[in-house]
Amino acid sequence: MTEEKIKLSTQNLNLWFGNKHVLKNINAAFAENKVTALIGPSGCGKSTLLRSFNRMHDLTPDARIEGKLFLESLDLYDKNISVTQVRKRIGMVFQKANPFPKSIYDNINYGLKINDIPQGDRKGIVENALKESYLWEEVKDELNKPATRLSGGQQQRLCIARTVALRPEIILMDEPCSALDPISTLKIEDLIHSLKDKYTIVIVTHNMQQAQRVSDKTIFMYLGDIIEEADTAELFNNPQKELTQNYISGHFG
Amino acid sequence: MISKKTGAFLGWFVLLLCTGTVCFFLGIILADLITKGWPALSWEFISSGPTEGMTTGGILPAIVGTVLTTVITAIFAVPFGVCCAIYLNEYAKDTSFSRLIRASIRNLSGVPSIIYGLFGLALFVQGLSLGTSVLSAGLTLGLLSLPYIITTTEEALRRVPASMREAALGLGATQFESIRDVVLPAALPGILTGVVLTLSRAAGETAPILFTGAAFYITGTSGALNQEFMALPYHLYMLSTQHQAIEQVRPLAYATALVLLIVIVLLNLTAFYIRYKHRNND
Amino acid sequence: MNTRVRERYDAVFKLLFKTTGMLVIAVLGGIFLMLVWNTVAFFIKVSPVDFITGTQWNPSGSQASYGILPLVVSTTLVTIGAMLIAIPLGIGTAAFISEYAGKRLKNFLKPAVEMLAAIPSVAIGFLGIVVVGPGIAALTGQPNGLNALNGAVLLAVMALPTIVTIAEDAINAVPASYREASYGVGANRWQTLVFVTIPAAAPGIIAAIMLGVGRAIGETMTVLMATGNVSAFPKGFFHSVRTITATIAIEMGEVPYQTTHYFALFAIAAVLFLMTLAANLAGEYFVNRFRKYHAA
Repeated sequence: MTEEKIKLSTQNLNLWFGNKHVLKNINAAFAENKVTALIGPSGCGKSTLLRSFNRMHDLTPDARIEGKLFLESLDLYDKNISVTQVRKRIGMVFQKANPFPKSIYDNINYGLKINDIPQGDRKGIVENALKESYLWEEVKDELNKPATRLSGGQQQRLCIARTVALRPEIILMDEPCSALDPISTLKIEDLIHSLKDKYTIVIVTHNMQQAQRVSDKTIFMYLGDIIEEADTAELFNNPQKELTQNYISGHFG
Repeated sequence: MISKKTGAFLGWFVLLLCTGTVCFFLGIILADLITKGWPALSWEFISSGPTEGMTTGGILPAIVGTVLTTVITAIFAVPFGVCCAIYLNEYAKDTSFSRLIRASIRNLSGVPSIIYGLFGLALFVQGLSLGTSVLSAGLTLGLLSLPYIITTTEEALRRVPASMREAALGLGATQFESIRDVVLPAALPGILTGVVLTLSRAAGETAPILFTGAAFYITGTSGALNQEFMALPYHLYMLSTQHQAIEQVRPLAYATALVLLIVIVLLNLTAFYIRYKHRNND
Repeated sequence: MNTRVRERYDAVFKLLFKTTGMLVIAVLGGIFLMLVWNTVAFFIKVSPVDFITGTQWNPSGSQASYGILPLVVSTTLVTIGAMLIAIPLGIGTAAFISEYAGKRLKNFLKPAVEMLAAIPSVAIGFLGIVVVGPGIAALTGQPNGLNALNGAVLLAVMALPTIVTIAEDAINAVPASYREASYGVGANRWQTLVFVTIPAAAPGIIAAIMLGVGRAIGETMTVLMATGNVSAFPKGFFHSVRTITATIAIEMGEVPYQTTHYFALFAIAAVLFLMTLAANLAGEYFVNRFRKYHAA
């Protein structure tokens, strides 16, 4: 336990949207090559916390952040840091699959292109990313098909492929299965398992069964506070706080 | 006392009458221009210049002039307007600066076209010494078109879902790259529709080109940008009010009006086609 | 391209976009400055009191006079005439389209209104000369029909699409619950329209009218071609008039640069600007009121 390397962490993180205090003095750490689940009722700030790591709030006009976020020892909100580099190192998969209205190939190729991956390497990377995302067998013959014609589950796996193609260190997943059917959901959960060898994954989920199935660690949040964090099995079997107990037993949320 | 039922019928009838009158206006405009313009319309009319003091011949130079000014208008107003709309929709927060821009746009769209003509005269013809020319007139119409292009472009940008921007940014694209590669392509059909509709309006405008370069008659079909030019709407104005033999050239005026109408209708149909095709692709 | 270069591009383009925003402000500022500057130059030579109260506009007479009153009265007269025609027709049509027309009829009527809006003003002015003018002449026994009434009819046609479109939006924006409440107490469609929907949409309809007024005041070509342009104090709808816009259009082409007459045309343009601005601001005020009212 103690030799775990901390990949991502926050220090006294506070975040406001206008006058609304959404994250309250958050101190959290995320271990390398582990899957950490963020759970909690709607509005508890779990997605907001997730999106602050890759600086997705930068464009929200009334968002204000205090405190520090670190990628290893790198201060993510340092003035001299490159936001685009941060987002390349910390990839993100969104709640609703959002493929570009381009071909399957171009969806993955886009990130390679803007990040200046040599032309000759791209084809291999695209193929690899699709294989890593369990999508290759389904689409290998129609890479030029518009991505919007794929099914919802396939689209979400494409979005994961698009992200892993850039070899990020961390993948943030914001309720990636909330819009999917159970079979697609299982496929993605399988995928998450296989990805954790290479990546550190933080996943926001509403679904407590899912948190138990996919994650090593779980953080329970409530109204902008971290209530409890522990190894997943520990948190679900032996919660220390009454609030956690109530939430995981379905009393609210 | 009229009964409730009769009252309702009368009300419906009055509204129907109003609607019928509006349609009648449109009908009479189209019918008159088409029935009287059509006989004077010929290939020769649109492919040759005016002859014998404009009592015979065609309107080729006016068509060329209108196309040229409209092209200048587009070259000037489209990039300018699209960039401004991008600023407003993608970058601007709700500050006093962005509110001032929006207020300016609303005001500009209400400024009478003749005042644009005066401004074009003061700024382009005299101030920048461009003279009365295609360039001055095109730029003046460009200013007039600006608020419409900005408004329609911003609307098109607003319809692009935020998730598209996030997808690009999440892959490490800069904001400019996400706009260039994702937002603009997705908004393109909407932007094009607005641009074509705006240009069709500009092509039919007369007041802004009165003092900025439109001429009654030029020899040949000169395409020089620093020369005065003939334009369809101005030509129609001159033929119908200023010509020494007004009754004699009336058929030519009708044919000119019909050509102008056809140009405008074609541009409008293009815009509707783009809109329609895009809808089917969704 | 490495990240640094890409981010440099990002910053440069952000600045470029922002600059175009500033330029838009500059365009309006430029128009405003031009009007003020030349108006001041005019007031140095002619007293503002003479300008505002003068009843004669005759810049090229031996005793040049620069009274704007006949022009303002002409513009007002033609605009009022246009509104007398366009307001009932416009609101009636808007109400018919949104409350009575079926889907197929709507699909015909809405493009028809858009088509009417697309017709260039010069073409409508032309029809004022060849259709409306002779018609008025035949009905009233005058030698020609180029008068204020003709201008009013044409301006009504020009303003109608604006009024219909915005009024229809306003009527459409009235929540269905209002109508349902009215039907619920036994009102029929007509009573609901007159006593519930139209009053609820009133601010939006007033906005439509004000924007139509703005359109009519600023319109040049139709009035230039169809009102006869006699520069005298207007006596009524059957007399020829000359609006502010027509005066600028006629005289600007011939006046020498930077003479009193030249400045005078900018001064009347400034008055025109203020008149349309007032109408448009009033329209905007009512649009906002309507939005706030229904956002709640």
